Amino acid sequence: MAGQLNIAKALNEALRKSLENDPKTLLMGEDIGKLGGVFRITDGLQKDFGEDRVIDTPLAESGIVGTAIGLALRGYRPVVEIQFDGFVYPAFDQIVTQLAKMHARALGHVKMPVTIRIPYGGGIGAVEHHSESHEAYFAHTAGLRVVSPSNPNDAHWMLRQAIESDDPVIFLEPKRRYWDKGEVQDEAELPLHSARIVRPGTDATLIAYGPMVKVCQEAAAAAEEDGRKLEVVDLRSLSPIDFATVEASVKRTGRGIVVHEAPVFLGLGAELAARLTESCFYHLEAPILRVGGYHAPYPPSRVEETYLPDLDRVLDAVDRALAF
Amino acid sequence: MTVKSTARARKKAAPGVPDNLRTGTDAPAELVQLLTPEGDRVEHPEFPLVTTPEEIRALYRDLVLVRRFDAEATSLQRQGELGLWASLLGQEAAQVGSGRAMRPGDYAFPTYREHGVAWCRDVDPLNLLGMFRGVNHGGWDPNEKNFHLYTIVIGSQTLHATGYAMGITKDGADDAVIAYFGDGASSQGDVNEAFTFASVYNAPVVFFCQNNQWAISEPTTNQTKIPLYRRASGFGFPGVRVDGNDVLACLAVTRWALDHARSGNGPVLVEAFTYRMGAHTTSDDPTRYRLTEETESWKAKDPILRLRAHLDKEGLADEAFFAEVEAQSEQLGLRVREGVRSMPDPDPTLIFDHVYAEPHTLVDEERAEYEAYAASFEGGENL
Repeated sequence: MAGQLNIAKALNEALRKSLENDPKTLLMGEDIGKLGGVFRITDGLQKDFGEDRVIDTPLAESGIVGTAIGLALRGYRPVVEIQFDGFVYPAFDQIVTQLAKMHARALGHVKMPVTIRIPYGGGIGAVEHHSESHEAYFAHTAGLRVVSPSNPNDAHWMLRQAIESDDPVIFLEPKRRYWDKGEVQDEAELPLHSARIVRPGTDATLIAYGPMVKVCQEAAAAAEEDGRKLEVVDLRSLSPIDFATVEASVKRTGRGIVVHEAPVFLGLGAELAARLTESCFYHLEAPILRVGGYHAPYPPSRVEETYLPDLDRVLDAVDRALAF
Repeated sequence: MTVKSTARARKKAAPGVPDNLRTGTDAPAELVQLLTPEGDRVEHPEFPLVTTPEEIRALYRDLVLVRRFDAEATSLQRQGELGLWASLLGQEAAQVGSGRAMRPGDYAFPTYREHGVAWCRDVDPLNLLGMFRGVNHGGWDPNEKNFHLYTIVIGSQTLHATGYAMGITKDGADDAVIAYFGDGASSQGDVNEAFTFASVYNAPVVFFCQNNQWAISEPTTNQTKIPLYRRASGFGFPGVRVDGNDVLACLAVTRWALDHARSGNGPVLVEAFTYRMGAHTTSDDPTRYRLTEETESWKAKDPILRLRAHLDKEGLADEAFFAEVEAQSEQLGLRVREGVRSMPDPDPTLIFDHVYAEPHTLVDEERAEYEAYAASFEGGENL
């Protein structure tokens, strides 16, 4: 297993292992069979595991998630692919009203081991509805677990852990990083819901996940040239959030900046800012700042660079934090 | 006036729909019936039913007990013991007929009104009342009696039923599933997606639509321009309309449909043509939207009176039998009343108990916060 893989291949290998390890694991989605999915994440899997386990579904997202719930009730472990972030909304009712609540409604008598994979986020020059970041909706829903890897190793192991979980997991894949390469280890380093400090620092903490981790690492490298040491925390899990790791980091640095593609207003950054203000109040040298998308529909691709947080916007926030 | 006549003239001038594109809106719908409202047995060539007097008596007993349970629940709501009740009054035959058609391995996915089906699946009636009292959201183990939790959002469960049926096919089992829904739900996207999935995957599921003529205040004409059972043909599977107040016909048609589905022939749509004699729920007021005459006309088709007439005419039951059923009915009423009144409120920490199957740090943290808050009051946790 160990070796250099890109995120797409690391995910493909994770699905392959999951299909091999548990005969109850099924893949469902649009164009995931012969085509291998529009991003080729399921490439070759239908050929090797058959149409009965790698299922090309009708084009009906609510139907895909609703039948996945039924299959889970029958003892299966469905892994659903939603083709693009903006196409999940027809399934929103089944996810929020049915999937998330079933375990609680049944007082624990039934489990919902359903994983919903969604390529999300912008930066690929796509048309409308293909670049959205909707993690806050799902993280706001009790009963769902929400995770997002930022690199091939996490992509591989977090997907395997998500599939093994007996709870529904929304698995958000940073689609603009699908082709980024990295080492994939032989074993999982961390439990699914632990955050990771990907770069140690002392002056401020950048908190990010998914596609923005790379941006923050680049920003930290640039800041170092100016003599500023920024710590970067990769959240990895958005529900639950590993607050202990984030809080320890912010207590050390005294400053926190949350970075995500999703709109700032009521995004994960808002929750983190409130939370860190409460728990790190006497350690803070500056208010927790947020860098993210604007309160506007995701823009046409020719101006998406303006909408998406980049190195400069992150460094601008660092300047503001350090100015306090 | 001028405008009106112009519009009419335009309409007249438009080309007519070619014969081969007509939807059959005007064609009379066929209704499968094995027992007339007067209690006379009639035969249907496609749905023969052989019954023993004992079986017919058992169906009668079911109908009476289910109606009694339902009436008791309505009373308990009026007395403030339940927050809400969705009565099945008038739909007993559709539910008992279809419920008794199921085999033990078959699985039912109900709406929130399938009390009669629950009865047939041997679900304790008190389990159904927990959610209407507000002590849980259902909470029974669906796999114990193969009866899923009640689903309140309209039509969602038809997809769960279809997915479950797809799983049956994968397992190579010969069980089948019934997805219950109503005339209003037939307009939902989920129901139409369920039809599509079931059809293309040949899933062993019977879509059992109780057309009770009303979706709260909206008549079936707000949902469809063709008889609902004919929707099935557009999805590529058979549809049947059955007299939903005729327990024998519902039994025969559902039994056929389940066997059709379990034999690998794919789904069936059964439209049980019936009537919601009561309000939508105890919070509803049907006098605002429907005429008493309509309700009265359906009284003449009552499912229990019709079977009673049949039993009497054919001499299939004696006075001792009816007395015994009456005694059972009283006993059931008592058990339900006492059971509901003594149903304890859950501990408040139930809120945190089953949010996830595996530990979740936020839920654990909020539980601890709540417990510490509750303990800060004098006398501990009794807030």
